[in-house]
Amino acid sequence: MRVMRILAAMSGGVDSSVVAAMLHADGHEVIGVTLQLYDHGAALGRKGACCAGQDIHDARRVADRIGIPHYVIDAEARFAADVMAPFAASYAAGETPVPCVRCNQSVKFRDLLTLADELGAAALATGHYVRRAEGPAGPELRRARDAARDQSWFLFATTRAQLARARFPLGDMPDKGAVRAMAARFGLAVADKPDSQDICFVPTGSYAETVRRHHPEALAPGEIVDAAGTVLGRHEGIARYTVGQGRRLGLNDGRVVVRIEPAARRVVVGPRAEGRRVVRLAEVNWLIDAPLAPSPASVKLRARDALRDAMIVADGADGALVTLSEPALPAPGQACVFYDGDRVLGGGFIRRDDA
Amino acid sequence: MIYLDANASEMPRPEGEAAMLAALRLVGNPASVHGAGRAARRIQEEARESLARLFGGDPARLVFVSGGTEANVLAMQGLGAGRRVLVGATEHDAVRAAAPAAAVLPVLPDGRVDLAALRDALAGGGPALVCLMLANNETGVLHPVAEAARLCAAHGALLHVDAVQAAGRLSVSLAELGAHSLAIASHKLGGPHGAGALLLSDMAAGLLRPIWRGGGQERGWRGGTPPVAALAGFAAAARAAVDEMRATEARLAACREAIEQAALALGATIAGAAAPRLANTTCLVLPGRGALGQLMALDLAGFAVSAGAACSSGKVAPSHVLQAMGVDATLGSGAAGQAIRVSLPWNVRQADVSAFIAAYSAMVTGKRPA
Repeated sequence: MRVMRILAAMSGGVDSSVVAAMLHADGHEVIGVTLQLYDHGAALGRKGACCAGQDIHDARRVADRIGIPHYVIDAEARFAADVMAPFAASYAAGETPVPCVRCNQSVKFRDLLTLADELGAAALATGHYVRRAEGPAGPELRRARDAARDQSWFLFATTRAQLARARFPLGDMPDKGAVRAMAARFGLAVADKPDSQDICFVPTGSYAETVRRHHPEALAPGEIVDAAGTVLGRHEGIARYTVGQGRRLGLNDGRVVVRIEPAARRVVVGPRAEGRRVVRLAEVNWLIDAPLAPSPASVKLRARDALRDAMIVADGADGALVTLSEPALPAPGQACVFYDGDRVLGGGFIRRDDA
Repeated sequence: MIYLDANASEMPRPEGEAAMLAALRLVGNPASVHGAGRAARRIQEEARESLARLFGGDPARLVFVSGGTEANVLAMQGLGAGRRVLVGATEHDAVRAAAPAAAVLPVLPDGRVDLAALRDALAGGGPALVCLMLANNETGVLHPVAEAARLCAAHGALLHVDAVQAAGRLSVSLAELGAHSLAIASHKLGGPHGAGALLLSDMAAGLLRPIWRGGGQERGWRGGTPPVAALAGFAAAARAAVDEMRATEARLAACREAIEQAALALGATIAGAAAPRLANTTCLVLPGRGALGQLMALDLAGFAVSAGAACSSGKVAPSHVLQAMGVDATLGSGAAGQAIRVSLPWNVRQADVSAFIAAYSAMVTGKRPA
């Protein structure tokens, strides 16, 4: 094994802590970095509290314990511009965003790899549950061994150049229990720390409040209508809905959201069976050579969705056209990720019909 | 590791260490009546007399506190009551945070306080308390404090001076400055952490009120049993620093000059270079290179330097000092976040300076040092 200088992205959680400890134990020169993405004091509504949360403290203590240098990187401005603002704008546009993908795309893989360059670090390691394998045509992204923890859907936007320098040591772990056991063996105080929940920058759990700060109109009341335009009820903001959702409609008749019309602030409902087969994608990242003719693939339309059979084809400079074998209700703003077995072939963001 | 971060904490002086170790062996509370108490009190009072003499104050008006921050806050809370507070734009957070509603005195592009603005501000209203630092922690720039003191006197304003970085490095005297209070800190002049002092003029002593009174220690100005050993180390380190001041200053100035010439040749700019500065401090702005990346690269290469404003989280924010000097306009957008501070300790070796120059050069050019 070649000993490298490696930048380890440490969130303060058990996963990335174990990554740093594993690489250090393997003899690499590990440099721990923690991104400060937002003001924790402000996010929790505590005036005067430190901008850094407990997670940054935990990451520093883990780095101390392992015996590696550790740095805190102020990514607040970058995160606000590249993740939070688009998150709110996406809801205001009637979409259902995936901020974790934006974060991986921007502050994590782009900015941290730039930092790795500045420091002469050969690789960037993260605690994602995903595997990277050397294939005949370069590095491949594969689903994690632990299917329940697999995070490949969130990493589809990792470019091939980024993947070449990324390391995901947890991809081969059998399950979370094994990671926790390893943390305990390394003597890390975070071994029993609970998993993080939901969206990191809305620790209070109310993402609607975050959206409201940027786009109050997305939380303004409006009508719930059927396809014919018949008003069935009222809602408290389009940001509270996603395509496919059956709750919060006051209907309880099996109908679900089939479309969100941001300009009219209308939530349109219809039968669940009334899905679509053709899905258009934007900002597509290919981890294979882009298929110019329709090719078979499995696709995943939401993080926790099942794989679906489809044909995929490149469409223009950074688009793709996906034809599902069975109709579905994809939500604009979510990712559609392409798989061949365990391997991630690429993916893109689901477009609105009017976009 | 080569330590070039003396403005964060000065390299300990052996005289301070020795005095502290001797005092650590003693039992006794300086407030106690018995012999052990008297022995502890004697150490405390000798330290007080020593420090008062070194910094132009009166031992009867020298208050021991926990450090620079407390000294500044105590002065500002005590002397600011009923007064408008005017604070220099480049002051340390200890001062800025103590008076968040204070009027801010702008600085000139060289980092020195704008005396014309001070004069206007003093003319513009009721009694004032002015807070200025002698030497800036990030750039080493020296404010024209004696001139500011004359302006304050002419307008009946009080002047508090934060001398935390200057004490032990420059000749500092409360009386000669004509200030009303002066803050100093032990670990910034080679003593232990956890000790500081506030020196007061006669008038200021009459105005000062404690933040907490406790058992009435420090003549009622500051409650709590003092850290006797730290005070002994503080005074001994200060004596050593002041004794060797001239020679140290000349030696450090030559070392700094070598660093600055090398940095300039590599495309860096020196913030505050046009102003009189502390001999040990240089603030190197490297266009396009974020401060944290520079700190990390140098740290990993074994050099301890710092960037302007490290908060307790460890994150590095753009320097408010450089922003106040207008570097974002003069040196390019973002320049306030592209500076590192090199602050040479009193005992820096020529070889350390040469090694730093090689490492800095390697960082700038991207080549590993030979």
